This record gives sequence, C-alpha cells and structure tokens, in this order.
Amino acid sequence: MVICVTLNGTPREFPAPLTFSQLVDELALGGRRIAVERNGEIVPRSRFPEARLHDGDRIEVVVAVGGG
Amino acid sequence: MMGDTLVVAGKAYDSRLLVGTGKYRDFDETRRAIEASGAQIVTVAIRRTNIGQDAGQPSLLEVLPPTKYTILPNTAGCYNAQDAVRTLRLARELLDGHSLVKLEVLGDAQSLYPNMPETLAAAKTLVAEGFQVMAYCSDDPILAVQLEEIGCVAVMPLASLIGSGMGILNPWNLQIIIDRVKVPVLVDAGIGTASDAAIAMELGCDGVLMNTAIAKAKDPVLMGHAMKLAVQAGREAFLAGRMAKKPYEAQPSSPAAGLIQKSA
Repeated sequence: MVICVTLNGTPREFPAPLTFSQLVDELALGGRRIAVERNGEIVPRSRFPEARLHDGDRIEVVVAVGGG
Repeated sequence: MMGDTLVVAGKAYDSRLLVGTGKYRDFDETRRAIEASGAQIVTVAIRRTNIGQDAGQPSLLEVLPPTKYTILPNTAGCYNAQDAVRTLRLARELLDGHSLVKLEVLGDAQSLYPNMPETLAAAKTLVAEGFQVMAYCSDDPILAVQLEEIGCVAVMPLASLIGSGMGILNPWNLQIIIDRVKVPVLVDAGIGTASDAAIAMELGCDGVLMNTAIAKAKDPVLMGHAMKLAVQAGREAFLAGRMAKKPYEAQPSSPAAGLIQKSA
C-alpha cells in the first residue's frame, strides 16, 4: 500500500504503514534538530516511533536557519 | 560593568547586545562575528528543511549550540497572527520546550513595518500558551504599553526599518516607551553602526538587537566587537548620567584664576 502526502509543499509517495520515525530515516534527517507538523498540528518527537502518517496528510518539517 | 545585567523573563544576561544570525557569508563567519559581539541571545528563523539537500551539511544550531547561547526563534516572514503562532509552536518543539521567543508580525514586504493589530493578537495567544514573548513593535508608546499589559516579557520597538541601517529616527518616542514600560525595552531593527547602538543605550534602552549592521559590515567580526563596546559604552554613559546640555553657555574646563598674563 502507498500513501500520498504533501511534504513541505511537495506531493510525495511513501510505502505504508509509515511512522514519523521511519519518515525521518527515509529523509536522512536522523539526528538533526527538526520539528514536524501534521495538518497544522505539532507532532511531538516523543510520538515519532508510534505516530503513523495518513494518506493526504500535509506535513511540514522545519529547521532553524540564520535570521534576525 | 560587573553586576549590571539584562534580566529577561527572570534570567540574567551579562550582554545587552542581542544579535541575529542571518546574512553572513557562511557559518564560520557567523560564529566568529557572534563570538566577537559577546552576545548571549541569538535569533534564528524557522524554515522548511530542504528535503534531500541538507544531508551531511552542518546545521546552524551545531555552530551556535543551545548549550552556549540562548536561542531566540523569530517569526520573520509572517504577516498574520496565525502564521506567527504556528511558527513559534514549531520552534518550541524544535528547541525542546524552550519558551522565549521573538514575535514579529510584518505589515508589508516593502517596509517590513510591524502589523501591530496582528502582533497584539498573536501576543495574547502566545502568552496564554505559556510563551515568553519579546515583541518587535512600532515605536508607538500606547501599543508598547498594551504589549506589556498582555504579558510580553520585553518590547522591542524599531529604531528605523529592518535592514535599513538608518539609525534612531525617533529618539523621543523611544524615550516615552522607556519611561512608560516596566519590562525591558530593546531597540530592534535599524541600527547601522556603533554610534546608533550607543545612542540607544544612552537613551536608557535595556538592550539592542541587530543583525545586518554586523553581518553586512565589510568586516563583520570587527563590527561585532565594535557593537559590543558601543553597547557597553552607551550603557555606562546612561548609568553615569550625562551632564546637562547648555546650548548658549560655554564654560571653561580650566581654572579662570592664576593665568600668567594677569600676574604682570
């Protein structure tokens, strides 16, 4: 089974089931300081191992960058 | 000066200079300029990660570790309260529950002037959610007092437009805000060079936040150090209490008595 999500504004397909931990690994973001939002709601890092992505989710993955 | 600290949200900082981390050539220049500035609080922006492009690259928070600096996430680029609140919720998650934030809700892309109705609305929501809000704002004393009443831990009026380097355009308004507001008042935006920072501190500002003045100097590391000295000098001049201005009355510094011409 495949799910389609919008990841940082771009449509992406992933094999399901997919947890947020697996997503992080898939994107090679393991060990990086990130924050994730699903459909406008924070997904706490503590929930990454259990929480699964759903078809149609709008996912935002953010980092800290230089700024004033 | 020992013991003269900036206290924001109950935490004391030796440095009254806060700096941004944008517009540097590379992370090494960022790190060296910020070290030279002596700043302890540094702002960062929250942005989408470049999926598939960041792997292996160092990240800003490795260069400026939260164990060494107080990271102040901002809402730059947000034009309404909802986006600003959303951005700072992400920032709090990113920074392990850290609640000190810089709220800035912009009015338009040309002036980057703050949208104050949206800033006030966002501040209310953020304070209710337990954030400690330092708010970028216009230099309107009434609105600055309203931000304080909402529960902001600092108000940060602009000296002039963000990134303009035009210095302090309305010291009189800043003075009114300093006189009326009890939480720290920091000038945020518009500083161009060291004298601007010194003037802000001489007015009685509790601190100064700047980015472009350091990052876009020809030598950002040297300017970072210059700003450190300027903020310290301005602060000490404020505490020392300047002499009264006497526009029409010259007074010699040397004794009037004992001049050799008079001893004939």
